[in-house]
Amino acid sequence: MDFLRPASWEEALAAKAEHPTAVPIAGGTDVMVEINFDHRRPEYLLDLNRIGDLTEWEIGEESVRLGASVPYTKIMENLRAELPGLALASHTVASPQIRNRGGVGGNLGTASPAGDAHPALLAAGGEVEVESAARGTRLIPIDEFYKGVKRNALEPDELIRAVHVKKADGPQQYSKVGTRNAMVIAVCAFGLALHPESRTVRTGIGSAAPTPVRAKAAEEFLNAALEEGGFWDNGKIITPSVAKQFADLCSASCNPIDDVRGTASYRRHAVGVMARRTLTWTWESYRGTRRTTEGAA
Amino acid sequence: MRVNFTVNGRPQEADDVWEGESLLYVLRERLGLPGSKNACEQGECGSCTVRLDGVPVCSCLVAAGQVEGRDVVTVEGLADFAKQRSEGGCATGACGTTLQDAQQWQAKGTDSQTGEGTELSPVQQAFIDAGAVQCGFCTPGLLVASDELLERNPNPSDADIREALSGNLCRCTGYEKIMDAVRLAAARQSEGV
Repeated sequence: MDFLRPASWEEALAAKAEHPTAVPIAGGTDVMVEINFDHRRPEYLLDLNRIGDLTEWEIGEESVRLGASVPYTKIMENLRAELPGLALASHTVASPQIRNRGGVGGNLGTASPAGDAHPALLAAGGEVEVESAARGTRLIPIDEFYKGVKRNALEPDELIRAVHVKKADGPQQYSKVGTRNAMVIAVCAFGLALHPESRTVRTGIGSAAPTPVRAKAAEEFLNAALEEGGFWDNGKIITPSVAKQFADLCSASCNPIDDVRGTASYRRHAVGVMARRTLTWTWESYRGTRRTTEGAA
Repeated sequence: MRVNFTVNGRPQEADDVWEGESLLYVLRERLGLPGSKNACEQGECGSCTVRLDGVPVCSCLVAAGQVEGRDVVTVEGLADFAKQRSEGGCATGACGTTLQDAQQWQAKGTDSQTGEGTELSPVQQAFIDAGAVQCGFCTPGLLVASDELLERNPNPSDADIREALSGNLCRCTGYEKIMDAVRLAAARQSEGV
C-alpha cells in the first residue's frame, strides 16, 4: 500500500488521475473501518487532510458551497440557519468523535443508502461539485448523483470537492429511526423541506431503497393539494386526509429490503410515519412564521 | 513509512509504520502507549479517544499518515495537558509528558485507592472519587471525552454530558457513576477547587 499525501487540490487531482484506484481518505470514518477489518486493501490511500479549503464553506446568494471535508460538527455549529435539514441530519451522525472527523463528501463518496446526509441533501436540493485533472469541474445535480447501492456518478479520476446546497427558504425537518440516539445506522430516515418561494415541497428518503430517493409522486400530490387549497396563502392546518395520502405515497415510493436492522414492511410503515410527522412539524413552523410576519406588518 | 508528530507535547517519531495502520496502532504498538484502548476498531466504542489538534477523535479511524506534523494528546498526557490549560500555557518551557513517563504512567501514587501522590487531571480525580471506574477499559476514552467537554462547556447539563459521552461505551454499564464523576469535576471546576 502507498500513502499519497497531496499538499494541494491540484496535486490531489493529479494523483487521482495517475492512480484511479486510489481510495480518497478524509475523515476516515468509513475507509479505516474497512481497512481495520481487512475488508479492503487499496493499493493507494489518497489523504485529503492537508487540503485546507476542503474544510471551508462559503455562504452565497442562493446556496452554500460546503467543502467536502467540513466536519458534521461544524455544520451543526455554523450552518443551522442556512441548512437546517442538513444540520439536523448531521446531529444524528454517530457520535461526537465521528462528527468531528466525518463530512458530507465522505457520505457522497461512499453513497451508502443509509448515509445520514442524503435525505437532507435531496430535500434541500443542490449539486455535487466534482473535478478531474483531465476534464475540469462538473456539477452533478444531487438527484442524479446516486446510481446504485454504494455507487455514485463519479468517474474513477474524479474527486468530490464540494457540495452546493440550496439555502433554506422555509422550514426543514429530518427524522431517523434507530435503536438508540447515538451510534446508530439508520433503519430508515426521512428529510423534508418546504420551499415557500417556489411553493413546492421536497423530500428525501434514506435506507429504504437501493439508493437515497425522493418521494416524487408524494411531492407532486402535496404540491397540487397545497396549491388547490390555497394553503400557502391562507396558512391553514393541512387537512388530515391530505397528510395521510402524502404519507402513503411516501411509503409507496420506498423499495426496501428485509435485513438485520428491520423488515421491508416496517421500513415502509416508518417512512410513512416520519413523512406525516415532518410535514406537520414544518407546516406548523411555516404557519408560525406567517403569523409573525403578518403581526409585524 | 516514518511518521513525525507531537504526542503529549513532545515530538515523537514512529518508524516502519504500515500505510494502512491506524493512529491507535502507532500509539500502542510503535510508541508503547497502551492507555488508548483497542476494542471495536470501527469507531463504535470510543475507547481509543484522543485529542487530534485539540479535537476528540477515535484514534482507530485516523490513518497514521494523516497525523504527520499534527498534535495528539492521549490519556497518559491528560494530567499535564489539564495543568497547562489551567495555568494558561507552559510557564517553564519544559512541559508535556515524555514518552518514558507516559509509558509508565499510572493513576496510583502513594495511595493506590485514592490516587494521592500522583498528579491527576481534575477529571481523573473525579472519576476515582466518584467510583466511576469498574473494569477500567472504557475509562481512558471517557476521561479524554469528559475533559474536552468541561473545557468547552464548564457547566454542562445532564443532557450535555450524555451527548458528549454518547460515543463512549461502558460495558460494565457504570454510566450513573460516570455521570456523577463529570458532575463532580464540573462542580469542583466552578468552585475553583
